[in-house]
Amino acid sequence: MAAPADRRYSTTHEWHKQDGDVVTIGLTQFAVDELTDVTYVDLPTPGKTIAAGKSFGEIESVKATSELYAAVSGEVLESNKAIKDNPALVNTDPYGQGWLIKVKAPGADLSTLTSAEEYNAKHG
Amino acid sequence: MADDTKLKQTPFHAYHVQAGGKMVDFAGWEMPLLYKNQGIIPEHEHTRNAASIFDVSHMGRLKFTGADATAFLSRMVTRNIEKGTVGQSLYSLCCNPTGGILDDVIVSRFADHWFMVCNASNREKLLAWFEQQKQGARVNIEDQTFSTAMVAVQGPKVIPMLSALLPEPLDELKRYHFMVQRYMMLISFTVFRSGYTGEDGVEIICSNTVAGMALKFLMKGDENTSILKPAGLGARDTLRLEAGMPLYGHELSETIDPLSAGLGWAVDLTKDFVGAPALREIAKDGPKQKLVGLNITGPRAARQGTIVLASGQPIGTVTSGATSPTLKRCIAMAYVDAAYAAVGTALAVDLRGTTVEAVVTPLPFYKRPK
Repeated sequence: MAAPADRRYSTTHEWHKQDGDVVTIGLTQFAVDELTDVTYVDLPTPGKTIAAGKSFGEIESVKATSELYAAVSGEVLESNKAIKDNPALVNTDPYGQGWLIKVKAPGADLSTLTSAEEYNAKHG
Repeated sequence: MADDTKLKQTPFHAYHVQAGGKMVDFAGWEMPLLYKNQGIIPEHEHTRNAASIFDVSHMGRLKFTGADATAFLSRMVTRNIEKGTVGQSLYSLCCNPTGGILDDVIVSRFADHWFMVCNASNREKLLAWFEQQKQGARVNIEDQTFSTAMVAVQGPKVIPMLSALLPEPLDELKRYHFMVQRYMMLISFTVFRSGYTGEDGVEIICSNTVAGMALKFLMKGDENTSILKPAGLGARDTLRLEAGMPLYGHELSETIDPLSAGLGWAVDLTKDFVGAPALREIAKDGPKQKLVGLNITGPRAARQGTIVLASGQPIGTVTSGATSPTLKRCIAMAYVDAAYAAVGTALAVDLRGTTVEAVVTPLPFYKRPK
C-alpha cells in the first residue's frame, strides 16, 4: 500500500501524523514488509517522555527485533493497546489500526521529514 | 557484459517471482524469504501440518569420483563413511586442522561415486580446500551445483502424496537413504529421504534442464487437493530451529568444534581425518562450552549475540533465537560454559538491558509425532 499523503516519513520508516499538538507515529508498509510477521511490540507507558532520534521501543517479528525511533520529542499520551493482543495489526493495517504511539509535541516541525511522494518514489 | 555483483538465480527463479516470492540475497543467490500471499508463520505451520516445497538449489552439489575418492573423502570428513552402504546418506562435518568446522555436509554413497551436498555459503571454500588437500590423490571433484536443481518437500503428508505421484513409491525408502527414479524411462532424478525441518519428507535432485517440468509435475499433481504449498527461507529457519538443527554461521563456524556443538555422534575419533588429533584433545577433558537449548520466559525473543547469564555473570552467547510458531514461546540455542549446560539449569538472557529468565531445555524443542 502506498504511503498516504496526510503524513510525513522518517529515514527509519516511521510515519508521523500531526493533528494540532499531537503527533501519531507508526511504521510504513515497506517497514512491516521487511520485518515480516510481527510477534510482539514493546511500547512506552503513557506519561513517559521520549526524545527525537532515540529509540522509544522495540518491534519483534519472527525474523528479527528492531528498534523504533521518533522524529519528535514529547510526552507519550497513548500507546496502542490493540496491538498488544494482536500484533498482526501492524502488518495488516500499518497506517490505520496498527498505529504505535501518540505523542504530545506542540509546535513540532515535521518539515525535515520526507513527504509521501518522495517516500513512495524511494520505497514504493 | 558480466556483472559481478549480480545475484545468482536458481532454475526456479521465475516461479518464485510469479508466486509472489519476496526475493532476498542469501549467500549470493536471489532466494525467496517468503511468499507474499502466505508469510513465514503460515508457511511454517503448513509444513508441520501438511506439505511444503522449498527451493534449495542454491546449496552446493559436488560429485567425487576416482580410485581414491572414498579414502580422500574419509580423510576430509569426521564421520566413518567407509561403513556407509550404497544408497545411504551420512551427515558429517568437514573440519580444519584445529578441529574447527569448515562446513556441515551430507555425503551419499552411490555405486560408482560419492555425492556431497554442502551449504551455499561454503561451496567455494570447500572446493578450494579439497583442491589443496588432494596432494596427488586420484580423485576428481565435479561441481554439479549449476547443472542441477534441488527441492525439499517436507511435511507429514509428503510421503503418501509423493508415493502416489512418483514412478516408484517411497514407503520402503528409509530415513537418510536415497534412490534414483526414472520418469518415463528417460528423466532420472534422485530422491533422498532427509530434510532440515524435523518433519518427514524428501529432497529431490534433478538436472536443471528438467527442473521447470519437474516442478510443474509436482505442483500439478496436487492441483485438486492443494496440499503442497511453496515455502521460503524464513520458514526454513524457524522450522530447523524448532528441530534443534544447527545452521552454519550460527551454531557452526571455523572457531567451533563438533564436540562442543553436540555432534559427537557424527565424529569417529578412531578414524584418521583432518582435525582428528585436535578433537581427541578436546574429547579428553570434554568441551569447555556446550550447545544447549533455552526456553525464554515472556514474549521477547533472544537473538544471535544475546548474552547468557548465570547469577548475573556472562557465561555464554545465543546463536539463534525466535518465537516458535509451533510451540508459541521463545526458544533459542546458545553456547554456555559446560558447568551450566545441564537440562533444567536456571539462567537468564540480557535482552537489550533487561534480564529475562531462561531455562536449559533438551534439544530438539519439537519432535514430530510418530
